[in-house]
Amino acid sequence: MDILERLSESLRIGDPEGVARLTKEAIEAGCEPQIILNHGLIAGMTIIGDKFRTHEIFLPDVLLAAKAMYAGMDVLRPILLRDDIPTLGKVVIGTVQGDLHDIGKNLVGIMLKGAGFEVIDLGHDVSPERFVGEAQRIGAAIIGMSALLTTTMQNMSKVIDLAQQRGLRPQTKIVIGGAPVSSDYARQIGADAYCFDCISAVDCAKRLVGV
Amino acid sequence: MRKRLNIPLRQVAPSLRSVLLAQGIPDTHTTHTRHVQMAEQAIALYGSLALPEGVLAEIASEEFAAIYEGEGKNERPAPLEQIYPLCHGLALFAVTVGEPVCREITRLFAQNEFALGSMLDAAASEGTELAATFAEKTHVQHLKDRGEMLVDSGYLRFSPGYCGWDLGAQKRLFEVLQPQEIGITLNPSLLMQPLKSISGVFIVGPTTIFAFEDTYTFCNDCDTHSCRDRLKMVVEQR
Repeated sequence: MDILERLSESLRIGDPEGVARLTKEAIEAGCEPQIILNHGLIAGMTIIGDKFRTHEIFLPDVLLAAKAMYAGMDVLRPILLRDDIPTLGKVVIGTVQGDLHDIGKNLVGIMLKGAGFEVIDLGHDVSPERFVGEAQRIGAAIIGMSALLTTTMQNMSKVIDLAQQRGLRPQTKIVIGGAPVSSDYARQIGADAYCFDCISAVDCAKRLVGV
Repeated sequence: MRKRLNIPLRQVAPSLRSVLLAQGIPDTHTTHTRHVQMAEQAIALYGSLALPEGVLAEIASEEFAAIYEGEGKNERPAPLEQIYPLCHGLALFAVTVGEPVCREITRLFAQNEFALGSMLDAAASEGTELAATFAEKTHVQHLKDRGEMLVDSGYLRFSPGYCGWDLGAQKRLFEVLQPQEIGITLNPSLLMQPLKSISGVFIVGPTTIFAFEDTYTFCNDCDTHSCRDRLKMVVEQR
């Protein structure tokens, strides 16, 4: 088994120390950083996503793999930055204004990073101005919004309206998620997509950026 | 009657099953040892950090009408507006498992301990639900002790922000109940802090008044339809 396969397997079993060590070994062996990222770390997370979808594994396994992925990224990130290697795209995420629930949004952020996106997490209780201002400032490909209450999900449309006013639409895609929202609601408010969990968010984000 | 409740920790201890279910691990699955170990770790951590407390205050129907109305943004029709005028007992309540457990969830995520953080979040959510159930049972016991729990009575709870009851009601509910005494505050968006808190109203009355179907307009936006199970329980309470 080559080092990238071992790296991918180490990630899949959720072994952060093993992933960090194998990432260093791969670098020392002369592997290109982008190859390590794509064929070791992201390849491992892709298998994790597939197994989650088919119910072979569950959320804790995904999150343990994500922790291992982060351990590898900690080793790899300085080299990726130095070599100016592009990510899949920038994604601004946050829980909408008035809402403090952020576990679901955190999980989406973790999985998007694991898939190779650059994620800017604005936290919770995020105003439309902040969502749109930050997306504009960094040139985000996607704005991801979460809400857990029927009363706060209404603020999602304010973000979409402001993005429209500022000329960010349709090039900046808008994705929504959270317990009270649905595909119908996404269509109703003019969002590009609704994602029901953190794995579907990755598939959706990749589709929206054309990967 | 207004009462502060020191809720025993054992009353708000989440089960291993509930924590695993919240992680999407079904009963039918042969649970992986590491899942069980992590869930047990989360439950133990929750047990070491949870500070369950509650406050309960009986309220007259006329006084509750003003709280229910809130900022005048309730959905119409909605089940609560049809139920409470027919009930024979109302009590406002607020419960929390405290701030330390919420801080620990945030800390775990910041430390990349996502799986444990997610399980602790599930344990704390279940613990908060159990705290509300404890407060509800305490209220029912008061009524029984006073001989006010009539035959064929049931009880049900509602919270602002759900089932057509607008979150704006929180302001008046807090003015009357004063849960600040147990450390629960409202932020400008009317959400409670600590996040693992529940507020609302307990309603006691003939079981027949609770019969409703989840066919209101806002039910289309509801992900859980948990009212179906709650209404079944009302019948079982008889």
